[in-house]
Amino acid sequence: MKQFKGRPVVAGKCTAEALVSHGGFNTLASFQNALQFGDMPLIGDKNKETKCGDQNNTDLYGKPMGGKALCLPQTIGSTTGGMVLYCANVMKRNPACMLFSEHIDSLACAGAVLAAVWADEPMVTVDCLGQEFLDYVKDGMKITVEEDGTVTVE
Amino acid sequence: MEYKMNLTQEELDILNGSKGEAMAKVMKTLVLYGEAFGATKMVPVESKMGHLVTSFGLKVMKPVYDLMDQLIEGGALSQQKFSVDPKPLDPNVPANLLQKLIFNKFMYSMQDSYDAQLNKLGLIDNESYTCTCYMDEVGNIPKKGEILSWAESSAVVFANSVLGARCNRNSGIIELFGSIVGRVPYFGLVTDEGRKATWIVEVKTTKKPEAQILGSAIGMKVMEDVPFIKGLDKWIGTELDGDTKAYLKDFGAATASNGAVGLYHIESLTPEAVEMGESLIAEGAKVYVVDDAELERVQANYPVMWKDKNATPKLCFVGCPHLSHAQLIEWTDNVAAGLKKNGLKKVSIPTVFTAAPAVVEEFNKTPYAEKLKATGVILSYICPLMYMNNPLCKSMPVITNSNKLRTYTTSRYYRSDEILDIITKEAK
Repeated sequence: MKQFKGRPVVAGKCTAEALVSHGGFNTLASFQNALQFGDMPLIGDKNKETKCGDQNNTDLYGKPMGGKALCLPQTIGSTTGGMVLYCANVMKRNPACMLFSEHIDSLACAGAVLAAVWADEPMVTVDCLGQEFLDYVKDGMKITVEEDGTVTVE
Repeated sequence: MEYKMNLTQEELDILNGSKGEAMAKVMKTLVLYGEAFGATKMVPVESKMGHLVTSFGLKVMKPVYDLMDQLIEGGALSQQKFSVDPKPLDPNVPANLLQKLIFNKFMYSMQDSYDAQLNKLGLIDNESYTCTCYMDEVGNIPKKGEILSWAESSAVVFANSVLGARCNRNSGIIELFGSIVGRVPYFGLVTDEGRKATWIVEVKTTKKPEAQILGSAIGMKVMEDVPFIKGLDKWIGTELDGDTKAYLKDFGAATASNGAVGLYHIESLTPEAVEMGESLIAEGAKVYVVDDAELERVQANYPVMWKDKNATPKLCFVGCPHLSHAQLIEWTDNVAAGLKKNGLKKVSIPTVFTAAPAVVEEFNKTPYAEKLKATGVILSYICPLMYMNNPLCKSMPVITNSNKLRTYTTSRYYRSDEILDIITKEAK
């Protein structure tokens, strides 16, 4: 078990399973297929996995993102990124939390803040956790986030 | 709720609902967003017009359009008129039946209703759909030093670097919110300190570097930092004329999409570099040398995303960002001359040139319009990126001279001279 102290961008408590992207997370490429074409749940279908559709992200491609603790350096790609994150939140297909090793980028920040102000449930977001956090955390580890930005990985 | 930022009484009143709930939420979003980047205050938007990045009525973005409805119903409209990125659809651009069905009935099924929302929120007019709003024919040209609330990475980097305006690399919606409250958070590229260069780029090529590749190389190296570029004025001069601005448009779009550059300075050319010289360079700036070998290395490393790497291209896009009037004329002359040289009447690959509606309108008044039409090239106002951004186009072998389009889609990059050669020769 190890603890890391970050900065809460959208403060809150959260416990979820880790999903780790070591490279930049392309929000549009990751979510578009899941939200529009790919694994949209049919009526009555409970499969709301929201699989990552970004072929360039070898860490995440094809893995379910919904409800996970998404650990990443920063997001990259289209300036629609913030809106996509916001949409994922409203559609309840978002990660449980987003944990950034670096300072949050403007696109992800827009998505997190939009969700905090305009959506029903904010998505806990912590940044500045450091490279050591990203080196330590592995897919499937249990993540606990506290209001003050403390992240426990076990 | 307590805020770290120093807010004026008027801003606090808005946060407390003096102008309604929607406006309060817009202000709260901007304040929280700014605080995440250490903004100390909000500053007034000074430009006459705004520019939005979201031009598409993409079904997957329905929550965004619901939010727009909340703004409109709450009277939270833009305080300034704005232009917006190009439309994702144009019936003149080649698409098969299945693509048309998917584009119109599935992907962009909310286009009409979103266009109506944009009109209510403050769109200049129905011709204002372009990523190059700063073209003379379009007329959304901010003045040096003005603070903007824009998004669209290629427009922001042009406005900051070539026009000397001040704007952060905003996300979609955030830029609209700034135009609604007439304020943006004070941080990053809006501040003097944030505009200092932390990289020195030394251009040491033996010929004029291709704008799209030079921009790509610099973007990938400096990422979101500000570069001060030396040695480029040798190739593109020290006057910001039409040709130079067109070069910088394409160069900047590549820096912004291959990296995340929001501002660059070019020695003896761009306004702040002319005014302040090397005092713009921050202490401890890193150095990146670009020579012929480096540009070749960068181009050689672009991945080819086509399933069949030897496929014959099915479509060619030129104009991401949209072409200038002068670029359209140059391409027209070059294509006509290339076809004549190779004994062809029409381009061998379906080819689309894209430009702002106002630029297309002006171009169509010139004799070049007929000349271009005779070559078989289609002239469109479409956004090639939006056209390509779907599973059907992903499997299509599309070629382009745009490094931005290459980065965000499966299209394959060729230099402009290579593109010209491909489309004016008999297809294999």
